Amino acid sequence: MSADTRLSPFEPAGIGRWLETAAAWTLAILWALPLVYAVWTAFHPAEFSTRFDLTAPLTLQNFANAWNAAPFARYFANTVALVTLILVSQFVLCTLAAYAFARYRFFGADIAFFLVLMQLLIMPDILIVENYRTMARLGVLDSIPAIALPYVASAFGIFLLRQTFKTVPRELDEAARVEGAGSLRILLRVYVPLAKPIYLAYGLVSVSHHWNNFLWPLIVTNSVGSRPLTVGLQIFSSTDQGIDWSIITAATLITSGPLLLAFLLFQRQFVQSFMRAGIR
Amino acid sequence: MRRIDVHVHGWLLLLPAIAFLALFTHWPAVATLVDSFYSTPRGSRPARFIGTDNYAVMLDDPVFWQSVVNNLWFALGTIPVSIALAMVMALWVNDRLAGRTWLRTAFFTPTVLPMIAVANIWLFFYTPQYGLLEQVTGLFGLPSHNWLGSRDTALACVILVAIWKEAGFFMIFYLAALQQIPPSLAEAAALEGASRHYYLRRVVLPLLMPTTMFVLINAVINSFRLVDHIIVMTRGGPDNVTSLLLFYIYEVGFKFWDTSYAAALTMVLVVVLGLVALAQYAFLEKRTHYQ
Repeated sequence: MSADTRLSPFEPAGIGRWLETAAAWTLAILWALPLVYAVWTAFHPAEFSTRFDLTAPLTLQNFANAWNAAPFARYFANTVALVTLILVSQFVLCTLAAYAFARYRFFGADIAFFLVLMQLLIMPDILIVENYRTMARLGVLDSIPAIALPYVASAFGIFLLRQTFKTVPRELDEAARVEGAGSLRILLRVYVPLAKPIYLAYGLVSVSHHWNNFLWPLIVTNSVGSRPLTVGLQIFSSTDQGIDWSIITAATLITSGPLLLAFLLFQRQFVQSFMRAGIR
Repeated sequence: MRRIDVHVHGWLLLLPAIAFLALFTHWPAVATLVDSFYSTPRGSRPARFIGTDNYAVMLDDPVFWQSVVNNLWFALGTIPVSIALAMVMALWVNDRLAGRTWLRTAFFTPTVLPMIAVANIWLFFYTPQYGLLEQVTGLFGLPSHNWLGSRDTALACVILVAIWKEAGFFMIFYLAALQQIPPSLAEAAALEGASRHYYLRRVVLPLLMPTTMFVLINAVINSFRLVDHIIVMTRGGPDNVTSLLLFYIYEVGFKFWDTSYAAALTMVLVVVLGLVALAQYAFLEKRTHYQ
């Protein structure tokens, strides 16, 4: 469309444009520097980790060493299981609750909604002491469900989906009811399909959040069998066997690799999902 | 549907979510408050009611006060800079500068990386003797400096990491807001002969205000819960100069196992976040009044 390619009258022009481009690129290079550095160090032999020589030989040895030095395969499996468990439970619980709030005028709905929104303020990240005690009582300490449980009912998810469900025309709902469909069927056949983009957005935000989460998993896990990648990486890089930066950066890239790769491939979706999840 | 069915169905749909929320948010919040009035059970000594003793201890606890002060500095250091940077980044990425897709990727990538992983990389930047920062300052003939090990620079170093991590995240919200400004506004302003500076200051900035409030609230909350990099990079040291409130709670609760004192500390954090929520509520009230 021509409207899209037309420059706004207030786009910088002339020397100002040149200066702004230079400034933007300088900042971008500074912002990318830590990652670029990590990639450099991880793919070169240890002696080049502090010496920048373009002729330095490339190697995958650091990745092999890191992979063999810690049970990263297990950590990967744990993290994937963790984010899947959280995502599926969040989708189910938030969908049901959001539907109730969007389309039912039931007794106590306002108070219930207030109780839900309280979680936006008092996040599980803060109540670590008491939640740890609950997990101990439930006897699930050091397990993947213990990491997931505090997050499966997400106020943010409920709020996001409620806003979306409210935009679904009531006529669709009523038409389906006239056809004799029950509430759950209508939810699955009418509301969920219409909210697909929001599920994608929320899913990406949730997966990236829980892939990266650290403090709570650090507290509730203490064995290889349940540790996610972030905790595994921390244990790995704080061992006192003398710091080998090449291996640590390789392990760092292993930990963030899949998410980073997904982000670089589906950048647009990622950015849009963060926008969508934030605005509503 | 019969009237009674509406209430039953509504609650049934809500039940699973509310049950989990009650178990992991409401109940622990109340239990934390109750616990903060009891002593920590140790060995054969069960917990007993000690009233406000934990809070009295807190008032005399220099590490607590230092964590509060550190956290305020941390907030003051991260919030304005990351918001200002986010706005500038968004303006740049919204304008058709050369390579803006690359710019956006560079700015936003830190957001999707685990804090714990990037903290490792930054740790190396700050390493004495041979870290990257040392190599750069060495080029200018400056003396060697232990950035994370020195009382003067450690907090600034962790603030820098937080800014780097957050600015790109906030940029996304500004970018969304900028894209919703109708182009006709810019055209009208241009017809009136407004300068770019004037247009940004009098048209764009006011339109970005709601986004700024949203981002600000997020930034304040984040400044009280970002501790991953503290655990990796400094462990609160040296001399507690990088100990933040949540980090101190973690230390007291899970290093010293003084759970009831940790509960009292948690209540402080809850009150702080409550004040943030009140401010937010007051603002939203105001906005609905004047619009």
